[in-house]
Amino acid sequence: MNTYDDHSHIPDWGADLDRANRPGVPMEHMPPQAEREQPEQQPRTVEILHSTEREGITPVFGTSVPPRGLSGRIRRKAFRHSENDMRHWMMLLMADRVDAAEGLVEDLRQSPRARTAVVIGVCAVAACWAFRRARM
Amino acid sequence: MLATTYRRPYKVRAAHVPEPVIEHPDDAIVRVTRSCICGSDLHLYHGLVPDTRVGSIFGHEFTGIVEEVGPAVQKLKVGDHVLVPFSIACGACFYCQRGLHSNCDNVNPEASAVGGIFGYSHTAGGYNGGQAQYVRVPFADVGPSVIPSDIHIEDAVLLTDVVPTGYQAAEMGDIQENDTVVIFGAGPIGILAARCAWLMGAGRVIVVDQVDYRLDFVRRYAQCETVDFRSVGDMAIHIKRMTDGRGADVCIDAVGSEADGNLMQRLTGVSLKLQAGAATALYWAINCARKGGNVSIVGVYGPTFNAVPIGNALNKGLTLRMNQANAKRHLPHLIEHVRAGRLKPREIITHRVPLEEVDEAYQLFSAKRDGCIKTVLIPPGTASMGEPKPIVH
Repeated sequence: MNTYDDHSHIPDWGADLDRANRPGVPMEHMPPQAEREQPEQQPRTVEILHSTEREGITPVFGTSVPPRGLSGRIRRKAFRHSENDMRHWMMLLMADRVDAAEGLVEDLRQSPRARTAVVIGVCAVAACWAFRRARM
Repeated sequence: MLATTYRRPYKVRAAHVPEPVIEHPDDAIVRVTRSCICGSDLHLYHGLVPDTRVGSIFGHEFTGIVEEVGPAVQKLKVGDHVLVPFSIACGACFYCQRGLHSNCDNVNPEASAVGGIFGYSHTAGGYNGGQAQYVRVPFADVGPSVIPSDIHIEDAVLLTDVVPTGYQAAEMGDIQENDTVVIFGAGPIGILAARCAWLMGAGRVIVVDQVDYRLDFVRRYAQCETVDFRSVGDMAIHIKRMTDGRGADVCIDAVGSEADGNLMQRLTGVSLKLQAGAATALYWAINCARKGGNVSIVGVYGPTFNAVPIGNALNKGLTLRMNQANAKRHLPHLIEHVRAGRLKPREIITHRVPLEEVDEAYQLFSAKRDGCIKTVLIPPGTASMGEPKPIVH
């Protein structure tokens, strides 16, 4: 007997002690239970890359952010390799960094403050250059 | 509509984007009423998950009202207020038939090892997520459940991921009466796993973390023992000393790929990305479990590989079990626990933030500032929604 046998201070201790009360036991339903029929194919409206470990795309898929730009080209190359190949994942991580840089450039182009800062910076550099040239 | 869009590591933004549309006859469009920031969203936010594309909408924990349904949807109706499990499942494939909804094989063309998850990169199917005003929900008759009228909306949104994952973490540990359970991580999942371990008859529950306010919280919420790993020289020796030299019967990794506590793991896993995240918690879990014990993994890791002492696991005869939670399967049982007061998920919510301020919310959660444990995002115009109504017999 140890000091950890008394659980009266724990509300509802042991409510699921019986495994029959645990909804995920056993982990797999046997026999299998079909909830519905196999789904029909979602129309492909954007470019979808698929794992080489699959024969094609799945019946349903997400359509957010199709591959684009340089990052998209890297992603397409990454999907030539299987998930079992480290190059697949390393190229995808590289594509993510390129995508972030592309996104940063896009942010700067769309931001009035960034545009103003660039204009001020260019003017300052030009003024310095003109000032130095005038003193020579 | 307003949505949380990813820009680059450590940068998300609430931006106006086009609303989703029905793309498959089994789809529904849901107007989001609450969503959460999950600890695993931080892996995306920190740029650790491969194929996280700029412009993606994050968020896999959400509730909402059905706005539109596809022509094949039969059970769900426009106007239903639903909670949507984080993983997308067809209900028909080999895995769904066996109750492994999180491993559905019909929803993710981009990876064969991963199922489909809302707002969790193209590695998880390329679906937009629920930290937005509207979201496309595939297989509307399979995943979403109508929120019972007596269940609070904040409990409902936590039933989409946190509660089932915490419960399944304990369940996969195969806890026997009076087992000693050590849980690594005092985040939302670790906190719920600690509470669920008691429901399954644990004899001792010990939670390991380094964040003081989280250790204080879990000690109060789950009435468990805590260990601050900063004050421990060697974790395995410490746990063995606490357990008569044997080690824990069950160890649960509720941390995943961004664990602190080991410089080499952080350097190789997080800074240099030479492995799929810092696997310190899993390393400790294997070394702290007793011979013949169980290790349950719900902390999220990347798809490549991690440096863990698998030889020790072999020599100790450990059973390792892991999966993303099969939330749909657990929901009826967990709703009953919430209804009976055995689980009180919404008590872990520390922050309620308008969707417009999602950037600040991510920064706060990522930095573990201001006592942050769980953040709920409130889309515009939904602040007053979701108070529970008593059941009228």
